[in-house]
Amino acid sequence: MLFMFPVAARSQDILKGSEIHGNFQADASYYLTDPKTGINDSTLAGKLIRMNGFTEVGYTLGNFTAGLRFEAYLPPLVGYDEKYNGVGAPYWYVNYKNDFIDITAGNFYEQFGYGMMFRTYQEWTLGFDNSLRGLRIKVMPYKGITLKGVYGVQRYYWEPYKDYNRGIVKGFDADFYLNDMFNALNDGKVKLTLGGTFVSDYQEGETKDIPSGGKILELTMPQNVANYGGRFNLNIGDFNWFSEYAHKINDPSALNNYIYKEGDGLFTNFSYSRTGLGFSLMSKWIDNMSYKSDRSVTNNMLSINYLPAITKEHSYALASMYPYSTQPNGEVGISGTVTLHFKKNSPLGGKTGLSIAWNFSQVNSIKRTPLNDTTYIGQTGTDGYASTFYGVGDEVYYQDANIEVSKKFGKKWKGIFTYLYQTYNKDVIESHAPGEYGTIYSQIGIADITWNITKKHSLRWEVQGLWTKQDKGNWVAGLVEFTISPAWFFSVMDQYNYGNDIASQRLNYYLVSAGYTNHATRIALSYGRQREGIICVGGVCRYVPATNGMTLTVTTSF
Amino acid sequence: MKIFQILILSFFITSFTFAQENVFTFNKLPSVKMKTMKGLPFSSDSIVNNGKPIIISFWATWCKPCIRELTAISDVYDEWVEDTGVKLYAVAVDDSRSMTLVAPLVNGKGWEYTVLLDPNSDFKRAMKVGPIPHTFLLDGKGKVVYQHTSFAEGDELSLIDMVRRLNRGEEIK
Repeated sequence: MLFMFPVAARSQDILKGSEIHGNFQADASYYLTDPKTGINDSTLAGKLIRMNGFTEVGYTLGNFTAGLRFEAYLPPLVGYDEKYNGVGAPYWYVNYKNDFIDITAGNFYEQFGYGMMFRTYQEWTLGFDNSLRGLRIKVMPYKGITLKGVYGVQRYYWEPYKDYNRGIVKGFDADFYLNDMFNALNDGKVKLTLGGTFVSDYQEGETKDIPSGGKILELTMPQNVANYGGRFNLNIGDFNWFSEYAHKINDPSALNNYIYKEGDGLFTNFSYSRTGLGFSLMSKWIDNMSYKSDRSVTNNMLSINYLPAITKEHSYALASMYPYSTQPNGEVGISGTVTLHFKKNSPLGGKTGLSIAWNFSQVNSIKRTPLNDTTYIGQTGTDGYASTFYGVGDEVYYQDANIEVSKKFGKKWKGIFTYLYQTYNKDVIESHAPGEYGTIYSQIGIADITWNITKKHSLRWEVQGLWTKQDKGNWVAGLVEFTISPAWFFSVMDQYNYGNDIASQRLNYYLVSAGYTNHATRIALSYGRQREGIICVGGVCRYVPATNGMTLTVTTSF
Repeated sequence: MKIFQILILSFFITSFTFAQENVFTFNKLPSVKMKTMKGLPFSSDSIVNNGKPIIISFWATWCKPCIRELTAISDVYDEWVEDTGVKLYAVAVDDSRSMTLVAPLVNGKGWEYTVLLDPNSDFKRAMKVGPIPHTFLLDGKGKVVYQHTSFAEGDELSLIDMVRRLNRGEEIK
C-alpha cells in the first residue's frame, strides 16, 4: 500500500478532480415466536437477531473508476439462503473508459439486448446477485456501433471459483444504430437499431448418473452450451416495434429434467403512444430456455439469461398475493396495456384531469407432443418432446385483467381505484404436483385515497379486498399513513384473512412502521407480522416464510 | 484478487489524504449510456439545461410513491418551467419486464418530462441510488447540490423552493 503514496503525492493536482461516492443499507430484524403462524423456537434456531447489510464505495478520477461492495449477513434474514451467512467483498472492479473503449476488470453487471441470452444484475431485496467476475470490454469503433465482450465466472453466494466448480461464461454482443451510422438517415423519421448476441457457457464435461423411471441413466453432459440470437428496434414516429429471438443448443439440466432438446425464445413488443394515449402489446414464447452456469442448480442463482414475466407487476399487498413467475421450461403469453389521460378542463377530465390504465395478460403452456410411442413427454435422457413454434397449449398458467383509475378531487384529495381479476395456477407456478392445489380465481378491489391536509402534512388510506373460493379464502386489508414532508412517515397496516376455512387460521397480519428521511438517508422501524408469500422483483421471485418481529432499515448514499 | 482489493483500498486512502471539501459531491454526472423511450441511445453527458437547474428523478412503473411524486410535479410542471426554467429528467429503472410499459404510462399520464430508460440500472448504480424514488437537484453548472430519497406529499414544494433559491444565486445546504 505504501508504494502508492509517492505516486499520489506527485499527482496531487490530478487527484483534485477525484470523487468518492457510495451507498449503504442495513436491514436488521429481531424475531419473535408466534404459535399462530407456526413460528416456534426450533424454526428460529436460537438466532433471534439477524442482519443483512452492505456498503458500496466507488472512487472516480477522470476516466478511471474503482469500487467495491462489502456485504455482511450475520446471519441472513429469514427467507434468504443460509449459504449467504458470512462477511466479505464479493464485488469489486476497476474500470477505464473514454469515447472509444471501456474496460472493466473484476465484477460487472451487463445486459445484451432484452436479456434473453445474457444479463447479470443484482437485486438486493431478493438476495439475488449473478455478477460476472472477469473481464469486460466495450468498443465504440464508429458512431452508432457498440461492440461488447464479456468473459468470467458468476457469483455463487460466497463459494470461490476453482477447478471448474461452475461454468465459464463468454459472450459477445454487437449493436448497430443505423441512423447514426449513415448520414443520409440522420434526420429520417424511421429509426432502426439492429443487434446480435453470442453467449457460450463452458462447464467441464462429465457423465452423470440420473435416476429415471426406476433405472439409473448414465448421461454424457455437453461441455459447451451456446445461446445466440438477434434483435431489432424499429421506430416510426409514435410507433415502436421491438423483437428479440434466441436459440440455445442442447443443455440438459436439473431444471429441465435432463432432456437434450434445443431451446427457443421470442419476445415482441409493439407500442404506440402520444400525449394522452399509450398502447402496448407484447408477446413472449419460450421453450426450454433456462440457462445456468451450473447445470445442477435449481434455484435462482447462476442464471446467465433473464426471462422476465410479461404480466403486470403489482405493488399493493393483496394484488401481489398471487404473482406470476416465468416458467423457463416453456410458456407462451401475451400482455396488452392501454393508458388514457383526459386533461383538466376537458369533458371527461373534469376540472382536475383523469387517468385510466387497462391491462390484460394471459400465459399458457406451450403445445408439446411425444417424440414417439415409447417416450413420454420430458423423459430424461431423450430430446424430451416435440413442439411447434408458437404452439399454444391448453393449460392456463396465469391470467390477469385489471383496470386502474386515477382522479383528483379538488385541490386536496386524490384517489386511485383498482380492480383486478386474477387466475393463478398454483400447481405449476409453485411447482406442486398436478392437482395438489389447483387453480385460484380471485377478484381484488383497492381504493387508495390521499388527503393533503396542509402543504406539508398528508394522510393516505388504502382499503383492499380479495375474494376467492380457493386457497386461503377471502382477505381484507387496510392501511393508514401519515407523512410530514420532507422527513417523517408513520403507518399502520393490517391484512386479515377473515375467509379462511380453518377458523384458527383467520389471522391478522398487522404492521406498524415509522421512518425518518434526511436528504439521502432514511431510517425506518417496523413491528409486526409478515405473511408467508412470494415476493417478486422484475423476473425473479423469492419465497418468504411468515415472520413476526421488529425490523430496522437504514439506507444512505453519498 | 487480494492484490486488487489492496490496490482499490490504497486508492481510497490516498484520495482521502488529499480529500477536498467536495470529494463527496457529484461535480459532474458520471458518463453512462441509457436509452430514450424510442429506444435510441442517450448518454448522461447530454443531461443539460442551458445553465438552468436540473432535476433527476429515479423511478419505475411498479413504484407507487415514484408515480405519486411525478404526478404531483406534473400538475405544476408547466408553471415550474415558465417560472424557473427548470428541467426534469425522469430516469426509469424498469428492466426488460416493464421497460416497454414506460412510454405508454408516461403518455397515458400526460407527463412532459424527458424520460430515459436505464434497464440494467447502470446510471442508478453510478449515482449510488438505493431504494427509489430518489431525486437529485443539479445547479446550472451541473453540480449535484441536493438529493432526497422517498416521497411525502409536499416534497415537491421544497424542491421548487430550492430551484428558486438556486436561480437567486443562493447556496443550498
